[in-house]
Amino acid sequence: MTKSINVFHCSSGSCNNCDIEILDCLTPRFDLERFGIVLVGSIKHADVMLCTGSSNRMCEPILKRLYEMMPKPGFVLVWGACGSSRGLFKDSYNTGQPIDEILPVDVYIPGCPPKPEAAIAGVLKLIEKVNASRKNKK
Amino acid sequence: MFLFLVFPGFLFSSAMGLIVSWVDRKVTSRVQYRVGPPWYQNFVDVLKLMLYKETLIPKGVSSVFFLGMPVIAAAASTLISTLVLVINAAPAKGFIGDIIVVAYLLMIPPIALMLGGFSSKNTLASLGASREMKLMLAYELPFIISLLVPVIKSGYAIKLGSILMYQRDHGAIINSPSGILAFAVMLLCIHAKLGFVPFDIPEAETEIMAGPYIEYSGKALGIFKLGKSVLFFAAPLLLITLFFGGLGTDPAGFLKNALEYLLIVVIIVVIKNTNPRVRIDHAVRFFWGPVTAIAILSAALAYMGL
Repeated sequence: MTKSINVFHCSSGSCNNCDIEILDCLTPRFDLERFGIVLVGSIKHADVMLCTGSSNRMCEPILKRLYEMMPKPGFVLVWGACGSSRGLFKDSYNTGQPIDEILPVDVYIPGCPPKPEAAIAGVLKLIEKVNASRKNKK
Repeated sequence: MFLFLVFPGFLFSSAMGLIVSWVDRKVTSRVQYRVGPPWYQNFVDVLKLMLYKETLIPKGVSSVFFLGMPVIAAAASTLISTLVLVINAAPAKGFIGDIIVVAYLLMIPPIALMLGGFSSKNTLASLGASREMKLMLAYELPFIISLLVPVIKSGYAIKLGSILMYQRDHGAIINSPSGILAFAVMLLCIHAKLGFVPFDIPEAETEIMAGPYIEYSGKALGIFKLGKSVLFFAAPLLLITLFFGGLGTDPAGFLKNALEYLLIVVIIVVIKNTNPRVRIDHAVRFFWGPVTAIAILSAALAYMGL
């Protein structure tokens, strides 16, 4: 399970900077496919839902629905400052809450945008978390 | 039954298929100057889908139909590889018309994918399935015509075994002009059948997500993936049987086959990596225009004995 993580990328109103940084992780320099991490097109193929952006009011129901559609066990990863803590949009009328008040978030990757190194560190945390959850089940 | 389930059949073909899919991913990443996944990556992927993930069935969908299609696709691919391998081991074992059976079996995985897509009640899946149908109409014509070339060459034998025997006596079919043309056509058709990049219009990740696969998850998706990799294992094998004179039994023959096999797979992967996706009407025009013309030409050459 930890060696084959399919990521569904879900942008809830981000400024595209985080999204470009995600693609950077797949490029030759960092090559996350070495660890079996690939982006998939459909949420039903995914193990990890990667959310970027500030989750504005329009996106909130969609995020909830996507989380319900993801086959379990599934994990949620928040990428970037906006999703983790609303960042720049803290006082905006349009962003009701950070993503962790909508979904059960497992891992946060902070940064605006996060560096690929930060992303790799976040993925390691996620893998640890997956292993721990499996041990708890036993 | 043993043949189907264990040795040349299900277990062996799926293991080989997953390794071949790894070759595909590895070569792809090397072409893109990356390191690429380890060799067991596809095994892990499929095991994860089979063992850990939940299988979701969309609301209001016939579950028998929805879950049956991946099984049918995988079974048909396995049957192709079993048939081809058994006949290679013992050419006399085939039956009259087995080449027609193989051609039909090759059609089943795309049809199953199509029906699965249509049954999943998703707009994008239906769109993908309808593209799959058009693509299938496009490539079946040149595929069947180029399949005629080995048949004509070996004296109108519609048995894989007789084609193999003919090639053992007269040299491989690819050594003749008509053989080369038919091989090129068939390679393109198989490329489209496997749904690889210039012809991955049905499952275009970036425009219609994953096409017919979109609603599949867990075990059903795992079986679909397995079936696809078995097909990826069996298709080059069929090409070797039809054009390179089949599999050898001695070490030298085995080495030669392995090289031919890798050559075919690498050609497929390189085509996949150097071409952008075409539009469905372009693909149909391409297959019905130049490719069919070349297929007819090769069949005509074969008829004249070249």
